[in-house]
Amino acid sequence: MAFIKAISYYLPERVVTNEDLVREFPEWSVDKVGAKVGVSQRHLAGPDETAGDLAEKAARRLFEEYGIDPSEIDFILLCTQSPDYFLPTTACVLQDRLGIPTSAGALDYDLGCSGCIYGLALAKGLIAGGIASNVLLLTAETYNKYIHPSDKGNRAIFGDGAAACLVSKDGFAEIGEFALGTDGSGAQDLIVKTGGARQPAASGRESVDEDGHVNREDFLYMNGGKIFNFTLDVVPALLDTVLSRNDTAGDRVDYYIFHQANKFMLNTIRKVCAIPKEKFYLDLEQVGNTVSSTVLIGLKDCMDKGIITPGQQVLLAGFGVGLSWGATLLRF
Amino acid sequence: MTLEEFITAFADLLDETDPAEINAGTYFQELDEWSSLSNLSVIAFVKTEYGKSITVKEIRACETIEDLYNFVENAG
Repeated sequence: MAFIKAISYYLPERVVTNEDLVREFPEWSVDKVGAKVGVSQRHLAGPDETAGDLAEKAARRLFEEYGIDPSEIDFILLCTQSPDYFLPTTACVLQDRLGIPTSAGALDYDLGCSGCIYGLALAKGLIAGGIASNVLLLTAETYNKYIHPSDKGNRAIFGDGAAACLVSKDGFAEIGEFALGTDGSGAQDLIVKTGGARQPAASGRESVDEDGHVNREDFLYMNGGKIFNFTLDVVPALLDTVLSRNDTAGDRVDYYIFHQANKFMLNTIRKVCAIPKEKFYLDLEQVGNTVSSTVLIGLKDCMDKGIITPGQQVLLAGFGVGLSWGATLLRF
Repeated sequence: MTLEEFITAFADLLDETDPAEINAGTYFQELDEWSSLSNLSVIAFVKTEYGKSITVKEIRACETIEDLYNFVENAG
């Protein structure tokens, strides 16, 4: 059995408020959009601050807060789509920077909004397989570096940040069964097209998509309508699967923490899935959509505020870029 | 869903526009409060009420609310 034993997170110092965005886009009613997406400020990594740096800070905070000795860690999993280098693996760099023993395994995995769920699945597998006993799961993202300065929609939604979690043989929340899914046919719907091996050089190419939004190949592009439809298609079935795999039912779940995509989308999904408002986490006002870190940030905040208490069942779900999705059930 | 029911539901999707202003002939994309997020509201509404997936492009191709109603009713 695998458990979550500790959770912390770190948000970079620089804060961009909706008022800051209005100053840049005076023609835009950011208050209105801010109200719909549910974000009033977001944190941004500094120019020289990487996802690896954010992950290191989140890990240090975790060690300090819970009195964890880095020598206890025997595996590092880092979820990021903004690694420090093409190679080597950022998780390997973090082994050294965090003072984790050289006998530990370490790897990065490249996922976005579903990344926390996949990390818990991988960590549980490592523990169940007898491969590791104390897995340090890190999620860190600096999407803002991928967003074009004039892409006000995505700048309003996304915030940078990192979370850290210790998965172990004991802890405060048992990790239950998983439901996962993938649909690579939607790869183009949320993408940074250039800079990788397929198109190494920046193309400078811009086009207008069918929705009337500018698609810049060298920057993050999201087809909001397609991602929205995908989520509404996939999430209800995902919940059914994960509930049945855990031999439970929706009315026996005490709380739901989904990836905090944006307020508008979450409210719609909540209604489609018939989840009562009081059982549904929705809070990205101060941090924005931090991609793979939203679920761990939500868990931490709910525990700190006493919203989640021992004895409860909490359902986690993530969905987005890939397209990729996953869910699991925690028993506190 | 009848056209009248569709118009009422459509007016509910909006936050600031007086429902009395919404009728079959309303050019909905010209409403003051219409934005890219409004398209997503329509997508969500069509998904939940009709179980159908429509695209922003298809919504943009409709002019009046009656056009949108007819499109949604006949969508695959």
